[in-house]
Amino acid sequence: MPVLDVQHIEKHFGSVRVLEDISFSLEQGQALAIIGSSGSGKTTLLRCLNFLETPDKGKILVNGETLFDAEDPATQREAEVRKKRLHFGLVFQSFNLFPQYTALQNVTLAKELLAKEQPDYKQRKGELHREIQAEGLELLKKMGLEDRAGHYPHQLSGGQQQRVAIARALALHPDILCFDEPTSALDPELTGEVLKVIRALADQKTTMIIVTHEMAFARDVADEVIFMDGGVIVEQGPARQVIEHPSEERTRQFLARYAEN
Amino acid sequence: MLVSVSLTLLEGLVVTLEMFALTLLFALPLGLLISFGSMSRCTPLRAVVKTIVWIIRGTPLMLQILVVFYGPGLLFDLPLLPRFTAAVVTFVINYACYFSEIYRGGIQGVPAGQQEAGLVLGMTKSQIFFKVTLIQVIKRIVPPMGNEFITLVKDTALVRTISVYEIIWMGESYIKKGMIWPLFYTAIFYLIVNGILTLLFGWLEKKLDYFK
Repeated sequence: MPVLDVQHIEKHFGSVRVLEDISFSLEQGQALAIIGSSGSGKTTLLRCLNFLETPDKGKILVNGETLFDAEDPATQREAEVRKKRLHFGLVFQSFNLFPQYTALQNVTLAKELLAKEQPDYKQRKGELHREIQAEGLELLKKMGLEDRAGHYPHQLSGGQQQRVAIARALALHPDILCFDEPTSALDPELTGEVLKVIRALADQKTTMIIVTHEMAFARDVADEVIFMDGGVIVEQGPARQVIEHPSEERTRQFLARYAEN
Repeated sequence: MLVSVSLTLLEGLVVTLEMFALTLLFALPLGLLISFGSMSRCTPLRAVVKTIVWIIRGTPLMLQILVVFYGPGLLFDLPLLPRFTAAVVTFVINYACYFSEIYRGGIQGVPAGQQEAGLVLGMTKSQIFFKVTLIQVIKRIVPPMGNEFITLVKDTALVRTISVYEIIWMGESYIKKGMIWPLFYTAIFYLIVNGILTLLFGWLEKKLDYFK
């Protein structure tokens, strides 16, 4: 059974159709890269998966459970949507770290808040807090940021901020970690450190969806690649095959434009 | 002489400070409510709120004081409100409208990505407001609020038009006795109060300087 099964997603903004009949699935431990030009619907698709947008049609299943069904309003109740979001993690293009919290606090905040919902929170408060802090530090260490735990976002470089954001998303142990153009807001010399971290996550078999403009990275790191254009999936297949030997004309044209730049 | 004038003016200053404190006490929360109205997705509500804010911000505070104090009696034959109450009511409405625009600017100034980051991390709307957005809004509104607070201290002088015995009224009362200097002496009291406010807001801004 796939971890993620997306069925016939469709999304309109007003009269503009931004996603049309999007279907794909993702196996445990796989990395999927979504490529395509700006406005092709890649980001909207990720936002649908994270319940930041509500699709007009289609279904989203995680581990066989229907998280979203456009036909069934019961799957769209606000209180439940909040829990369902936790199946997914999302790393934003613009990081969106909380400026008033340190790197470590950014990583642990959501977890500390969720811990309060546990029935035995009162008795185990101290113990839970220590666990969460230790795990947060461990994650920052994994990102190569153990010496930046007490720094505020404005004291960090873009690459460091994005790595904190990745640690923050990992802290909640999502089934599927989504990246929305994670290096597009970075200076070229800083993209490497972020890509390296994502590559390491792929090596550890983290299930991921990466929207990216880094073709070489998609080819080397992703198992599967989806090419989107005009809100539809044009081509889908093993990463190397789609990027090196695309079968569709539109994919070829897109990749050729990239090769020129 | 200086001592007796100072004591009289201090009496007036107490009234001034009461006006100041009561206005803030009610206008700060009311302003937040109005700002929610002006950002509401319900178009009629938004239109009504924006019209009210336009009228209140667009007309002189002095006229508003007269309308609240004399209006009910002249228009509907109702008993007059006590002078001080009428003054506070007017100030609360007037300042709430100004505050609402400051709140609105502060709230809309927080990038949408902050809310989205909170949602994606499974936070509730209220957790996002209190743990993520609020302090960022406060940081944004402290400088314009500082301005409003200082303006409010001086605006209270307008209530002498309906004979509330605040510090300017007290100062003016000496003119009848042939003394002009007490009126100008009141400036010292305003300067001290606003000096304290300036220091307070400077300290607050510094406190919030740890993040950007």
